[in-house]
Amino acid sequence: MKHLSIRCAIGALFLGCGVSHAAELSVSVTNLTQGMYFTPVLAIAHDDSNSLFEVGETASAALQEMAEGGSLAGLAAIGDAIVADYANTEGLTAPGTTQTLMLSTADSNTVLSMVGMILPTNDGFIGLDNWPIPTEAGTYTLYLNAYDAGTEVNDEIRGGGAPGTPGMPVPPPLEDLVGNGGSGVTAVETNTTVHIHRGNLGDSDMVGGSSDINLMTQRWLNPIARVTVVVN
Amino acid sequence: MQFLTLHGVWRVTLAAVVVSTLAACSDDDPAQPTPTPPPAATPVSYEITLTNLSHEQPLSPVAVVLHSEGSVWGVGEPASEALEVLAEGGDNSDVLALPMVLANASGAGVIGPGMTESITVTINDVDDALLSVVTMLVNTNDGFTGLNGWSTASLAVGDSWQTMLPVYDAGTEGNTEAAGTIPGPADGSGDSPGYLSERDDVDFVAYHRGVVSADDGLPGSVLSSVHRFDNPVVRLTVTRVE
Repeated sequence: MKHLSIRCAIGALFLGCGVSHAAELSVSVTNLTQGMYFTPVLAIAHDDSNSLFEVGETASAALQEMAEGGSLAGLAAIGDAIVADYANTEGLTAPGTTQTLMLSTADSNTVLSMVGMILPTNDGFIGLDNWPIPTEAGTYTLYLNAYDAGTEVNDEIRGGGAPGTPGMPVPPPLEDLVGNGGSGVTAVETNTTVHIHRGNLGDSDMVGGSSDINLMTQRWLNPIARVTVVVN
Repeated sequence: MQFLTLHGVWRVTLAAVVVSTLAACSDDDPAQPTPTPPPAATPVSYEITLTNLSHEQPLSPVAVVLHSEGSVWGVGEPASEALEVLAEGGDNSDVLALPMVLANASGAGVIGPGMTESITVTINDVDDALLSVVTMLVNTNDGFTGLNGWSTASLAVGDSWQTMLPVYDAGTEGNTEAAGTIPGPADGSGDSPGYLSERDDVDFVAYHRGVVSADDGLPGSVLSSVHRFDNPVVRLTVTRVE
């Protein structure tokens, strides 16, 4: 960022400038799938001593709330507590579409994290964990994987989105795309830590079978999302 | 190369100015401008090497194209007719002939699983063209992989760049995996038309979700577990050889 560099050069004479990190970011998230949806995606800049999630560790209650039902309330509260800068996309990000948000970050908030629930899944989410925000102006492209929060059994049948409520939330746009009457793909979740999602199984029976997920259309391979960050 | 072209125009213009100045200063002996001989064309060549990383997804003859602008596809956008023809049937001729193409090369044939092919494409006087590479995974309905409008500007002679390619879905044909819809050898019916102009899927390009196969419960699928794949599916190396 040219403007900042000049300020840095002057500031360095008096204060030292290595820590100056404030940035104006444009963050775009593209749903790379043809059949999965993302709930509102949180983009949050924070200091690198914090983390929204860690693979191999148990999800926080706030992360669970996001991964099982798409709610960002708990994560926003944490964001406020740690004086993070955050914003989120609105509504669902449909297959093949892109949403863009703007984010102004404070000096101390040097890393970017992003999360959003993947529908239809039980507790799948797209994740970016503590990506160092570049100090150089430019356009940066990142590819995100799908994670499993490890907090809910992947039974792949209709249910609720509240933490601890089994089954998948099915908001209106997905009402006709998700089946009914599945008996449940599994009743156990052996790995209860955050891990890479194993993908949906699904079945071809919209009114029964084991899964309410459509095996032809509601699967994915990683990466599941593309993020383009423009550092101004 | 646009830069060279502009530079050339500028030089000619400057020469004209000098000539007219000279002409104004001289008496009656008009200066004879010496026509600059056209510079010899400088060939710029790239060797594109693809290794098929899949288990049983042969790749259709590869389309390699150099272009100055544009792209061959965009995630979230409908596939062009040319891309649909390649992605559904493995025929690269329409992509090779896209209007934006400055130079092209075709692979010699199918690249089998585990196999590698190198293809050379050459263009004169342009060293910052965009490179696109496209090939179909033939045991799918409309799955393809490739490189989309990558700028070659950073490559000096002798430089190489390597990347890994994911699988895309053209979104133009439903992934039924049914007999008669797949041009590759997995479709034992032997009568798949490959490309059909009808579009019966989401009609936008995105990343492929993988094939399901009969082994994983898709009724009517002619595919089995051996045809499944994951990302990445191709290792691609670009080397500027001249």
